Amino acid sequence: MVALTRPLGGLALVALAALVLSLALGSVSLSPGEILAVLRGQGGPLAQTLILELRLPRSLSAFAVGGLLAVAGALMQVLLRNPLADPYVLGLSGGASVGALAAMLAGVGGLVVTGGAFAGALLSTLLVFGLAHGRGGWTPARLLLTGVVVAAGWGAVITLMLAVTPADRLPGMLYWLMGDLAYARAPWPPLALLLAVCLLVVPLGRSLNVLARGPLQAAALGVSVRRLEWGIYLGASALTAMAVTSAGSIGFVGLVVPHMLRLLLGNDQRLILPACALAGGSLLLLADTLARTVIAPEQLPVGVITALLGVPTFLYLLYRSQ
Amino acid sequence: MSRLEARRLVIDIPGRGDGRALDVCLEPGQVWGVLGPNGAGKTTLLHTLAGLRAPRSGQVRLDGRPLSGLGRRQVARRLGLVFQERHDGFPATVRETALIGRHPYLSPWQMEGAEELRLAEAALERLDLTHLAERLVGTLSGGERQRLAIATVLTQAPALWLADEPTNHLDLHHQTEVMALLAEEASAGRAVMMCLHDLNLAARWCSHLLLLYPDGEACWGSAETMLVPAALEALYGQRLATAWVDGAPVFVPAR
Repeated sequence: MVALTRPLGGLALVALAALVLSLALGSVSLSPGEILAVLRGQGGPLAQTLILELRLPRSLSAFAVGGLLAVAGALMQVLLRNPLADPYVLGLSGGASVGALAAMLAGVGGLVVTGGAFAGALLSTLLVFGLAHGRGGWTPARLLLTGVVVAAGWGAVITLMLAVTPADRLPGMLYWLMGDLAYARAPWPPLALLLAVCLLVVPLGRSLNVLARGPLQAAALGVSVRRLEWGIYLGASALTAMAVTSAGSIGFVGLVVPHMLRLLLGNDQRLILPACALAGGSLLLLADTLARTVIAPEQLPVGVITALLGVPTFLYLLYRSQ
Repeated sequence: MSRLEARRLVIDIPGRGDGRALDVCLEPGQVWGVLGPNGAGKTTLLHTLAGLRAPRSGQVRLDGRPLSGLGRRQVARRLGLVFQERHDGFPATVRETALIGRHPYLSPWQMEGAEELRLAEAALERLDLTHLAERLVGTLSGGERQRLAIATVLTQAPALWLADEPTNHLDLHHQTEVMALLAEEASAGRAVMMCLHDLNLAARWCSHLLLLYPDGEACWGSAETMLVPAALEALYGQRLATAWVDGAPVFVPAR
């Protein structure tokens, strides 16, 4: 158990530090003492508004979305036994984007955009899974290939939509495509889902470890493979849909965070999945803090920051592990 | 102790006729060898007997109950399978790989404890792998990986062993060691069925043989009744010369 608790404890501290940093930084900087006072119900009205209504919901959303994306990526990689898999490669975010952009193009906002993203993600899930299943069950290679092709199709649809969009609506759409936490005001649903998933993967973790060695081997060792695979796929799809719905399309977290953790911590899913929740959350939280402070008062798309932070870190770890 | 029974079993190989339905019972203490040319369906037979593939017709029964009605976990506590092919998903050490043999016995909330570790270490020791315990599986040689697959099933400790070419990639010494291990398992009241390509290993170590022909025909029985040169020549389409060494027949291709 020590082998599990120590890395998770360390990552939890990192997450806490990231949270404090994200609450402190911004147009008005606050000290940790002031933040603590506000969280205890004290402090001035400006600090109250700033933290409780602006920064805290956004920070918690960023953390939850990052965690969901990283866990979804890790699950997809186990399911497909392919380190390149993540919900974006499989076309889920493409479907979500098309749904959300269609709503924006129609000139409606708010909940309809959210609903469109969710519907698009689910449609894409069913499309990929249904088509890859075909006759006689699906194989990881076929699922991955179907996902990649469907994702490419969504990409074309997105380009088409952008091409016919009036210029005044383009910036909002582009920001959504690159990920934008500015409108993430409801952190509790994604946070609750993240917590539920983390509790669920602890008992499932060893079965996932066995499944990572191939479906036949897993079945021979007592795993109900088909049921587990469906569960992973639908679960990871729901996590992605929730993440995309909250913050738009943020690439890279689902691919890179599980990888970095595997290089550092090994391949026990019982450790990797909760670690992904913490590290993915921290990464997106830091990225979002940077995105809204670097060229303040302007904001950068957070997806750009995750990529700029993640790519060199990932390449360094990969290089060192050889 | 467990027994595995095939009743009127026809394995499902696409595009092939039914051939002869199998009525075979794997009893405690027996070592069965499955012989046949490439593509005769040896692997498919083992996978069908393990419940990983549905048969075309007939039934597999484990301790008197239909295999299809048992949960995978229950089956895995009694029946272990050494695969011919292995896929590495993510990097794992040799020790971790042996430890997954305990998966069917642990509840979802349980972590591997000292007892599981002890069983895994003993299995690695038995297969000469102790010095490799910390190595990543991907860095092992073919023969070392084969021994690891056997060590994993030894950690699983099933009453029934189904082994698909367990001596693949092994050097002469380790071939003998593995066959002795399987024979030892059988004499301890467990049962073994393995696919083999080496007639001489089969003649030396198997108590029973099942000959599987490419058209689905089959015959089976005790080893001494099945090791008829004419039948083996027909099985492989290869003329054989026979000699006797250490009280067992030795078959070599005739010139």
